Parts: sequence; structure tokens; C-alpha cells
Amino acid sequence: MIEAVGLTKRYGDKTAVYNLSFQVRPGAVTGFLGPNGSGKSTTMRMILGLDNPTAGSVTIGGFPYRKLPNAARQVGALLDAKAVHGGRSARNHLLSLAQLSAIPARRVDEVLRVVGLQDVAGKRSKGFSLGMGQRLGIAAALLGDPQVLLFDEPVNGLDPEGILWVRNLMKSLAAEGRTVFVSSHLMSEMALTADHLIVIGRGQLLADMSVTDFISANSADFARVRTPDTDPQLREKLSSALTEAGGHVLPEQDGALRVTGLPLPRISDLAHEADVRLWELSPHQASLEEAYMRMTQGAVDYRSSIDQKAGLQQPLPPGAQPPMPVPGQGQPGWYAPPPPPPGGRPAGLYGAPGAPGAPYPPAAPAGGYGAPQGPYGAPQAAPNPYAQPAPAPAPAPAPAAAPAPAAEPAPASAPAPADLTKPEDAR
Amino acid sequence: MAVVTQVVQSEWTKIRSVASTVWTLSLAVVVTVALGMLLSALANSQFSRMPARERLSFDPTNISFAGMTLGQLAMIVFGVLVVSNEYSTGMIRVSLAAVPQRATFLFSKIAVAAVLVLVVGMVTSFAAFFLGQAMLGSHRAHLGDPGVLRAVVGGGLYMTLIAMFSMGVAAMLRSPMLSLGILMPFFFLISNILGNVDATKKIGRFLPDQAGSHIMQVVPRAGDDVPYGPWGGLGIMGLWVIAALAGGYVLLKRRDAQ
Repeated sequence: MIEAVGLTKRYGDKTAVYNLSFQVRPGAVTGFLGPNGSGKSTTMRMILGLDNPTAGSVTIGGFPYRKLPNAARQVGALLDAKAVHGGRSARNHLLSLAQLSAIPARRVDEVLRVVGLQDVAGKRSKGFSLGMGQRLGIAAALLGDPQVLLFDEPVNGLDPEGILWVRNLMKSLAAEGRTVFVSSHLMSEMALTADHLIVIGRGQLLADMSVTDFISANSADFARVRTPDTDPQLREKLSSALTEAGGHVLPEQDGALRVTGLPLPRISDLAHEADVRLWELSPHQASLEEAYMRMTQGAVDYRSSIDQKAGLQQPLPPGAQPPMPVPGQGQPGWYAPPPPPPGGRPAGLYGAPGAPGAPYPPAAPAGGYGAPQGPYGAPQAAPNPYAQPAPAPAPAPAPAAAPAPAAEPAPASAPAPADLTKPEDAR
Repeated sequence: MAVVTQVVQSEWTKIRSVASTVWTLSLAVVVTVALGMLLSALANSQFSRMPARERLSFDPTNISFAGMTLGQLAMIVFGVLVVSNEYSTGMIRVSLAAVPQRATFLFSKIAVAAVLVLVVGMVTSFAAFFLGQAMLGSHRAHLGDPGVLRAVVGGGLYMTLIAMFSMGVAAMLRSPMLSLGILMPFFFLISNILGNVDATKKIGRFLPDQAGSHIMQVVPRAGDDVPYGPWGGLGIMGLWVIAALAGGYVLLKRRDAQ
């Protein structure tokens, strides 16, 4: 069991890890997620007693690492696959580590076979590929048959076969009752490997929950329903009608309702029966990856942006349109579903040419219907269960047609009376 | 103590399994011995043309160690690489994760390397002496002559201490390039200049190599008025080594293992 309490690490005036408290329990694979530079490796190094925390503490089995009796037999770690003297053979590298913790030499050949490097054991590790280096690092971690294992980005550079192998290895180690702590920046990989997740961003804890909880909290399909906010009673009325019909209703911050367990047409029918007008009825779906990105979005240190290539481009001939950017790229806030805007509506959402001064309240994420991006997030997202094919609106708001026609039809297919308030071209 | 045995074993595996060990140490032997022989032969042929003053203070033992100025550079490279390889490869994190007791780790590592250097240094020193004397013909000294055995054994100790000093410096600086960039020009040029220019002589002769190399002299140089004897000089060098190692240890203990 690894336990961190108020772990903080500063390098000069940069805080790498701030007030991090978590527990990593035995018998499970615990995924450690965060964007690049979020403090994952720093935390791992502090667990191993390599870096001294500025404040707080971290213990393994109740001991700080440096006080742990026979540490190398209790804890195995893969921190950096490249941390090998290139001129030394794989076997000698492992042998020196084995001798360091009084592990018999024949164990070296054992772990070399486990990771599949027995044929290159005598070769200098200089010539190893990234994947082979990764396997060598894993072999080093397994050397002492430890109860606690730490892996920093173990699947980096591995081929699909290797990724599958690592995944199964982690699971089997955990099944033997060991504590397995794996860092990664790939949510998709962790969703398949880990039982428990610890997510950090900018060195702070964002989530500490089981993968099942994370999935149910973040990736369920849902519909967002908005009733006229001039009439709060309608909202209550619809809410109870939907609950009665077996739906699960969660109020959102800005007054919308998040409904799960009911298909969109059914929600529309129920609203119609209850005589409630709808201002919005929209489908949403989030993958785990998107949920994770949304969670860490504010905590990304290194963000890519669109390459403007301004320095390379010829001036456009008069009248020519500049090429449209690829939807979603480099624009913050495109991950679906968007977080409910905290109180009030973001201004300027409907300022696009297609809907000047639209009278109905905004429901879309930043960028709205007029922007060249799917209003409901990732335009290429997994098949949308609610979306129905519909013709794209004729007067496209931008020079190039909005690239997500499937996202438009939701309001049009809702036969709510509120439809009449819509401008013609938005339907 | 079990840990010390483990670290010593492991360090021995590390040292013997990289090519740089063989290269630097054999270079140290070859350069020291060959240059010593060359200069001894040269001195032998030029002896009759030397001024009387130099002839009187001619030190046949010391001339066979003339190759040491270059040979010690290979020892410095060895010492630096033994320690800084850990840092440049990142092995230090793996090593310290396995041996959290940093003092045990560092001093066992240095002990293994120092013993190896001592053996190689002694072999070099004796080889340089015997082969150098063979070149000197009638001007040669014998191992039984007063002070000669001390000088020859001292030559081996000198090489060991210079390598250990380099290990201490490398433990403080961590980067091999930085360590070599400071140590090589310092011992090859700067220390010699400081030790021989009148203005800085008084301080210069307390530098590690200037002080330590007195152990290899049997006949004191004309006009040499150092305030320490041969063993005193080696002692001063030993203090430098202790200071460097202590500095390396304190920094290793306090710093993050990067």
C-alpha cells in the first residue's frame, strides 16, 4: 500500500506537485493519469525516495522509502526505460541490479525470459529499440519479485503485442495481491488496464475513484433538456414526468436537465403529453477519453495550437476565402459533452451570420451553431445514438458548410411548440 | 554490512561490464610507462650535455615517472566516468531506488573503483620504474636505494588518489562533460602554471597534484623549499580527496536523484 499525504514538491518557484493525498491499495491496478508535465513522474520519484518532498510525505507499507527494510525486494519500479548504460549488456545491467539487492543471478535469466529478451541478453543495450528498452525496464522492476510495483509509462514505444502483454502482466500482478501503480497519459489504455484511477493535473488531485465510477460518472449518453426559463414550474413538471417514465434526471447548473435512460423521441413525447414546451433537446455522449480530457483540460501545460503558417503563405488573391480550419482542432472547449456553463450564458454564441439575434437561450458550447465545429463536441465522435440524418441547413453560416450536419437535426425533430420561435434558417 | 557486500558486487559488475574501464585504464598504463621510458632514454643520451647543477640534482627515479602528467589524465577520465555514468544514463535513479542508503552506495562504488585503480596504479608505477631505469643505463637507480621504494609505491598511490579526487568532483558536478572540462585543463595546465610561477607558487604547491607528486621525488629539486616532505605532500593530496568525497556525499544526500 502506498499512501501520500499532502505531498508537495517545488522546484524553485515552479510547483510540480501540490498537496497530493491518495492511497494505492494492494490487489488492484491503480492508474495514475495526467497530461504531460502534470507531476506524475515527480510523484513517482518521491514515492521511491529519489526526490525529497518540499512538504508532506509518502510511505510504502507505512515506511518512507529510504527507511524501508530491504527496499529493492519490496518495491520494483520502471521509471525510465533509457536509464541504462548503453555499453552494458542487458544481462549485465540486470545482474548489477540483482547483486545490488542480493538477488541470485539465475533470477536474471528468469526475468529476461519473462519479458522475452533472452535472445538479446548478451547484446549492448545501446542498440535496443524503445520497446526493447521498455521490456528491459520492466524486467528490472520484476527482478526482486516485489509486492509493490511502480511503472512510469510502461507501454511507451511498445507494439500492440507488447501493449497487450503489459496489460495482462499488470492485471496478473494485481491478481496476485500486489500493489500496482501505473502512470500513463492514455485514458483509453488505463480504462482497459486499471481498476482504480488517480487523475492529476498541474500537480493537483482531480479525481480518485474506481474506473467503474469514473465511467458511470463521465461517459454515459444523456440528453440535455431545457424548458423555458421564464416558467420554472414547467421544469418541475417535466422532471417528474420523466422520472415517472423511468428516466434519471439531474439538474444542471444553468437550469437545464440532464436526462439518462430515455431515448430522445420519448422525452419529446413525454414533454408533449405533459404540455411542456422545450427550448432544447439535444443528444450528448462522452467517451472516457473525452471525459478525461475535459477533466484535465484546464490543467494542460503544453497545448498545441493550429499552425497558422503565416510566414509561409502567399497573400490570398482578392475575393478568395481562406481555408477552413479542421473542426475542433486547437480550440478549447470542444470536448463533448461541454460542461454546463456556470451561471449565465456565454455571450456571442449566436453571433454567427446564420442566426442573428436568435431569441432562444444558448445551449451549445462555446462556438455555438455558427462556428465551424460540431456544436455537440467532437465532430467525429462515436456513432451518436440520438442523431438522425437530416439535410444540412441551406444557408450555411460560414463559407464552407458546417462539417457536422448530424448535429443539427435534434431541435428539428422535436415537435415541441417552441419550434415556432426559431428562425427559419436554423431549423 | 550485507548491503555493502551487495553494492560492492554490483559495482564490480558495473565496472567490468563497460568498455570505458578497459580503455581508460590501459591507456593510463601505456601512456605513463611509454612516456616514462622515452624521457628516461632521452635523459640518458643527453646526460653528458646537462649543466652540472642539473646533473647533481638528477633524479633517475622521478624521470621514469615523467609519463604521469599525461597518464593521470586517463585516470581522471576513469574516475569521472565511473561516477558520472550513473547520472548521464539515469542509472542513478535505479541504483538509489535499490539502495536508498546513499552513503553506502557512493562509498562502496568509490571503494570498488579505488581498489581497481590502486592495483592498476601499482602495476603502472612499478612497470614505469623498471622499464624507465632500464633505459637510463649507467645512471639508473635501484629499488633498494634510499627513498626509491617509497617513490615507486607512492606513484601508485598518487594515481589512486587522483582518480578518487576525480570521483569526488564528478559526484558533486554529476555531468561528465562538466567534470572533465574542469579537471583535465586544471591538472594538465593550470595547476602546473600555478605551482611554477613565482607569484602563485606559495599557494600552487598545495594543490593536490603539486603536493602529491612530491612522493615520487627521491632527490629534491634544486631550489625546492616546500614546507612538507614526500609523505606530507601525499597527505595534503589525501585531504583534498577527502574534501572532494565529502562534498560529493553531502550533495548526493541532499539533492534529488536526477
